[in-house]
Amino acid sequence: MSMAAESAAPALDVQRVREDFPILHQSVHGCPLAFLDNAASAQRPAAVIDAVSEYYRRDHANVHRGVHTLSHRATDAYEGAREKVRAFVGAASTREIVFTRGTTEAINLVAASLGAELRQGDEILISHMEHHSNIVPWQLLCERTGAVLKVAPIDADGTLRLDDMLAMLSARTRLVGITHVSNALGTVNPVEAIVQAAHARDVPVLVDGAQATLHARVNVQQLGCDFYAFSGHKMCGPTGIGVLYGREDRLEQMPPWQGGGEMILTVSFSETVYNQLPYKFEAGTPNIAGAIGLGAAIDYLEGIGLERIAAYEQRLLAYLTERLGEVQGMRLIGTAEAKAGVQSFLLGDIHPHDLGTVLDHKGVAIRTGHHCAMPVMELFGIPGTARASIAFYNTEQEVDQLIEALQVAQELLG
Amino acid sequence: MNDDLRDIYRQRVLQHSRQPENRRRPSHANREAVGFNPLCGDKVTVYLDQHADTLDDVAFEGTGCAISIASASMMTQALRGRPTADARAAIAAITAMLDGQTVDTPVWLQELRALENVRDYPSRVKCAVLPWRALEGALDQKTESITTE
Repeated sequence: MSMAAESAAPALDVQRVREDFPILHQSVHGCPLAFLDNAASAQRPAAVIDAVSEYYRRDHANVHRGVHTLSHRATDAYEGAREKVRAFVGAASTREIVFTRGTTEAINLVAASLGAELRQGDEILISHMEHHSNIVPWQLLCERTGAVLKVAPIDADGTLRLDDMLAMLSARTRLVGITHVSNALGTVNPVEAIVQAAHARDVPVLVDGAQATLHARVNVQQLGCDFYAFSGHKMCGPTGIGVLYGREDRLEQMPPWQGGGEMILTVSFSETVYNQLPYKFEAGTPNIAGAIGLGAAIDYLEGIGLERIAAYEQRLLAYLTERLGEVQGMRLIGTAEAKAGVQSFLLGDIHPHDLGTVLDHKGVAIRTGHHCAMPVMELFGIPGTARASIAFYNTEQEVDQLIEALQVAQELLG
Repeated sequence: MNDDLRDIYRQRVLQHSRQPENRRRPSHANREAVGFNPLCGDKVTVYLDQHADTLDDVAFEGTGCAISIASASMMTQALRGRPTADARAAIAAITAMLDGQTVDTPVWLQELRALENVRDYPSRVKCAVLPWRALEGALDQKTESITTE
């Protein structure tokens, strides 16, 4: 993930981009909405809303079932979305693209399926900055199998201690789970280096890409990872749809994790033959509209260009961090060199929840709390933070609005 | 400009949050319970020194937002020296008030009215309720932490 990507194409025209997002044009408590909670969930352009609506208005039927026209249309659109996802992440084949409910389900799929092979004393290695969704599935797996969860440390600025993590790879390591971009700290992790070291020991690597795919170009073959999990709603697509990319040879060896329709070729009471990839992992009627909406989101993002988005966001993140740093009493949490999209902070002794309420009154939406990363908060010795997270449709004016609102909070509560 | 914010952050609330009353661990408490808000990770421990049917001492420790700390401070101040039955009645009255119900509050509970407008902020009601849940746990002698969920 090249965060410094500069594009030869003209810079992103943010005012034009904003026209594509109906939700951004509203007032909250009498102030223009400044939506800076994109790491929790990004907003949708009209193109995505329309694609989902059109599908329901014109094309809906179950997929891979009927011989009738609507079923064909729905199947074509659903499988067309799979191809868009494949191209978007640079996978070799659509057989490697499994639709899930989201990142969480994708990780749970791997934990359930790959985990079937785990034995007492085997190890799973993750980092201290993981989201709960890349911690708890492994804890559950460890409980079931007697495997041990190992946690690689991070520095005070939120940088992964790569050498320590690599030193924790052992003959018993069965999987490495690592977030591409930390949701609480914004740190971009050196996934390629981790993959290289893990593969030298034939250990598969799962990357939690939930916070990455909106902010820069992701190429799974370049990363070399075995699994890459991400969510539609964090990249301008619908909620309830996500993706597990899995390298074909890995997925082939893994047993199904849920049984039902769609994931079978033939069923009898003596023997059931499972379907081929990726359907082996998609039991039941899938989230067809969600996949189509995700496909539309990918079209939209590609239309702007991920490189342009990355370049714009890096500038805006730098502006956000700089302006926050000017506020008296500001403590920035997560100041790693390589970052994307997110800045966590604390202001004096003001509790993040109080900040959140005051900011909301000024039209500014941020996230407050532990961000589903309680171990990170524990490490910093705090119950939670305030977190501003940007997308390519945010502006410097919105950052200014945040700073003004923080000053109001300071006057009132400081 | 900030009048609407003053609805929730009233002067009394801010005073109590900045300089909370009874934020300490009493030397001889005989009841205690921890209240936990999993939404934000805030924790408040409420201590009681109960003899016969009187709360000789009520105190708290913990971290929290302005709303939860003010609520804890006002709660301990209102209940110190009062009959245990009053604590039960207060829990019912304050949770009903924050739930948007019309309630009569006795004079000794009047100060808690400063938190009344929190009910207009659904995501913050749990903050105000947190110490009261802990109080309830202490009265019930619960050993597990009480969550606001």
